[in-house]
Amino acid sequence: MHELAVTEEIIKTVTEASEGRKVKVIEIVIGDLSSFIDESIRFYFDLLTKSTPLEGASLLFKRIPVKLRCYNCQREFNPDETFLCPYCNSLGGDIIEGKEFYIDSIEVEDEDRDSEEHFRC
Amino acid sequence: MKIEIVKNILDANDQVALLNREFFDNLKVFTINIMASPGAGKTSFILETIHRLDAPSAVIEGDVASSIDSERIAEFGIPVVQINTGGNCHLEATMTREAVKKLSLDGVKYLFIENVGNLICPASFDLGEHIRIAISSVPEGDDKPYKYPGLFSSVDAVILNKIDLMPYVDFDLERFRKGIIAINRDAKIFLISCKTKEGIEALVEWLKSENPYR
Repeated sequence: MHELAVTEEIIKTVTEASEGRKVKVIEIVIGDLSSFIDESIRFYFDLLTKSTPLEGASLLFKRIPVKLRCYNCQREFNPDETFLCPYCNSLGGDIIEGKEFYIDSIEVEDEDRDSEEHFRC
Repeated sequence: MKIEIVKNILDANDQVALLNREFFDNLKVFTINIMASPGAGKTSFILETIHRLDAPSAVIEGDVASSIDSERIAEFGIPVVQINTGGNCHLEATMTREAVKKLSLDGVKYLFIENVGNLICPASFDLGEHIRIAISSVPEGDDKPYKYPGLFSSVDAVILNKIDLMPYVDFDLERFRKGIIAINRDAKIFLISCKTKEGIEALVEWLKSENPYR
């Protein structure tokens, strides 16, 4: 449910950055520890962007798995549900990846190519 | 044409949270964000704690609907404001900002914000609090930190409530502890019962020691 507010935020940022150009792709990075669900964002996005330059843009989600730096041996690992370090078998570590939630980049239609396409029509 | 953006999607919330924190700092109000699943004992914890803090306190109650919790708090003459999120699963910084306007924080030393009962969504939204507390309760099971690492990794303290029920429930305390330490070794862990009052005193002492404005 909370994806509604964040989807509005995504649309606002992308609308500003694209400056009226047609948006083709939006790349979003989501860490597995952040509580956002791709499908929910996609659902709200399609709903909220009807008849705007963002309509039909594809959302690419890049999922970042949780990565810990072992408290004991300092090596980095992707934990399973035991949170045990695969190298030294001790418990847990500092979270170094997995909390990300940001718009990485967008792809907009090239203005030059747009006009060419118009010409061909 | 590709445009690099690299912008935190929660930026807008975080900006407002920053303003809230400045606001609380200026008023010297120590603010605590309390997160837990429905029924873990958030409201009971708030009441038990305020009774022992011996300092003016106020409460913001976040719920999807109803004013049951805020009425419970108001019965004791504690200033309280209710936020009904109307379906939203968590509080956000702007909601907190609006709610605070309705509270008189003059002389208040502790502000408790009871977040919407939910172990997932509230973790992502900074409200401008000074510390975050997660409450878990024995009947919920010992697996909660493993299932909701996002929330348990984000808090300053974890409170395990309803420990009086331990003899009746299969709850592996060691497993629960390990699940917290694995992703958040700095978190303080308190075992309490709002029913028998066990452990609450230690928790209150810790809260006092955390408050720079006391």
